Amino acid sequence: MSGFLVNASLIALLALIAILALRLHRLFAVVMLSGAFSLVAAAQFVVLDAVDVAFTEAAVGAGISTVLALATLSLVPAEEKPHSISLVPAFLATLTGLLLAVAVTDLPNFGDPKAPIHNHVAPEYIIGSEQAIGVPNIVTSVLASYRSFDTFGETLVVFTAAIAVLLIIGGYTRAPRRAKGKRKGSQDAG
Amino acid sequence: MSCLAAALLALGVGFILAITRATLGPTPFDRVLAVNTVGTLAVLAISVYGFFDGRPAFLDIALLYALINFIGTIAILKYFRFGTLGDHALPNSDEDGA
Repeated sequence: MSGFLVNASLIALLALIAILALRLHRLFAVVMLSGAFSLVAAAQFVVLDAVDVAFTEAAVGAGISTVLALATLSLVPAEEKPHSISLVPAFLATLTGLLLAVAVTDLPNFGDPKAPIHNHVAPEYIIGSEQAIGVPNIVTSVLASYRSFDTFGETLVVFTAAIAVLLIIGGYTRAPRRAKGKRKGSQDAG
Repeated sequence: MSCLAAALLALGVGFILAITRATLGPTPFDRVLAVNTVGTLAVLAISVYGFFDGRPAFLDIALLYALINFIGTIAILKYFRFGTLGDHALPNSDEDGA
């Protein structure tokens, strides 16, 4: 019951922040609100016992993403362009949301030990990973050995994305105002 | 139960006040401060939940969270002051309301 109360209030808060961020046109305020959204979402993840996800959300969502968005903000105008609401995207988004809401009813209960995800390969890993891999930590052996190519690919993607972002916005952070606007491109971004 | 509800209500009021300030805030610094407050309130919410759920380990999580929040705010403010996070900071850039 208390869990329900906490979850409901946190979700309501998330919805409130999201709607406010949509309504605002001042982009700096939107960036700040998205940071607040990440912090509240991380609190929600902690309540749901996904502490590692919560830390990722707090560090990446509230930290790095906010700073990257601020760096982007120095390249674009401070206000959002006025635009009318287009119907087709609104319809598609609503439809997708409804479909997801329907799909949620099909999910197993939270923490159900009979859920498919706990009965597919997880027992094998728990029993055999120390013998097969030789690493006592099961999560490490899954990430670094069973799914090593997957992890390697992920790392490659994130690394490439980081380099691309740094190349695009790295040298072009806020230019000095009085220095005749002479910008140096392609400087390393530290 | 009612204690938890009261604590949550107080935290919720705090959240809404902070988010109002982040939405209305005339200067960027109001907004930065408001988001920092939201982070502090999230720390408090985790602590309160851990206390009422009988899980003192949540206090450690809340502490780490406070550290992340602090570093994030410093990063935003540093970005504001220097326009960059690297070490090639502009020596004479004054702060401005982006």
